[in-house]
Amino acid sequence: MITIKEYIKAESLEQAYELNQKKKNKIIGGMLWLKMGRGSVNTAIDLSGLGLDTIEETEDTFVIGAMTTLRALETHEGLNVYTSGAAKRAVENIVGVQFRNLATIGGSLWGRYGFSDVLTLLMSLDCQVELYKGGMVPIEQFASMKPDRDIIVRILIRKTAGCFGYSDMRIQSTDFPVLNCAVSYFDGMWRCAVGARPSRAVLVKDEYGMLPEIPDSGQAESFARMVAETVHFGSNMRGSARYRQRLAEVLIARILTETGRNMA
Amino acid sequence: MNIKLKLNGKMISEDIAPDLLLIDFVRKHDCKSVKRGCETANCGLCTVLMNGKPVLSCSVLTARANGQEIFTLEGLQEEASEFISFIAEQGADQCGFCNPGFVMNTIALLRENPDPTDDEIKAFLSGNLCRCSGYEGQLRGIRNYLDSRKGGEQ
Repeated sequence: MITIKEYIKAESLEQAYELNQKKKNKIIGGMLWLKMGRGSVNTAIDLSGLGLDTIEETEDTFVIGAMTTLRALETHEGLNVYTSGAAKRAVENIVGVQFRNLATIGGSLWGRYGFSDVLTLLMSLDCQVELYKGGMVPIEQFASMKPDRDIIVRILIRKTAGCFGYSDMRIQSTDFPVLNCAVSYFDGMWRCAVGARPSRAVLVKDEYGMLPEIPDSGQAESFARMVAETVHFGSNMRGSARYRQRLAEVLIARILTETGRNMA
Repeated sequence: MNIKLKLNGKMISEDIAPDLLLIDFVRKHDCKSVKRGCETANCGLCTVLMNGKPVLSCSVLTARANGQEIFTLEGLQEEASEFISFIAEQGADQCGFCNPGFVMNTIALLRENPDPTDDEIKAFLSGNLCRCSGYEGQLRGIRNYLDSRKGGEQ
């Protein structure tokens, strides 16, 4: 367990940013992962007083505050209608309701965790991350950035017309995923995010038009094979690289076919 | 640092260490139903309601609970008594260690969804681990309680 010398509930993002420039200070999100670490924190910076814990739905965008809980993502009707339930499916097996009432979307993204279900989901959407100093950054770019001392303020999901799907494989429900995949079709292109490889999620786009708007099962299988051969997989206690590669072929083909069927 | 919070309806003002966890705070105030189990935010033993929502008190800084309303099982005896006997009748409380967490989360479930399906019950309670029972007893107990509310057979 970490020790904390001082706790400050930030009154502004500028105050939080200034405090966060010191290496021994840390922003606390849900604190679930941070708590598992060791060492000492000089100042724990709490953003919970800045009104960043809501999902605002406008005509063309979902604006999600960094302190919004995963449970809020799971139960937000508009977001789940837009994503055909992919948002709910991506988080509903993360430990339990009590955990998801604490874990925040900002904390989940900031760590760029390999096991993250949230990062995989968001990479398949038309999504940007708003950083306090860095401004708007596309999610794909954010995922490949090294963590710095900036602050995630909000996540913006544009309601681009499309279709979405999510699937994962867990050895047992509520465990970390062995592999997770999210597919989407918008702006005339299929996309597939693959996470828990076990490293952080990557996005593969159908840039060569392998897939029609509504793929049949054979086309879905060919695309899934291409993704599985393109993406690098690794091994850990939950599965070998070869197992993950084979799993990716099956999961991606399955959700592509299902998502395509939903579009028809 | 000084905090003020409402614990089981009683306002408490106290000086605390910045890294004091909520589980340690409530146990210090005689809420011994809240137990430390896994230390990895997985088991649900330490479930309390913060502003009506179930959370893991092992992972909440007491400082963050400043100004909030906390309930433990000690403060929700009447609400729990409505269904706890149905769970006991199924022998689902074998060693009993997980029970307070299960009961707290069941209260949260029934407040949010007064008539859940079996799948909804399983999904909501999936963050509460029991190493004795295999969960079937708890499910039967809650189902019997829900059926009894509709006037059905136990």
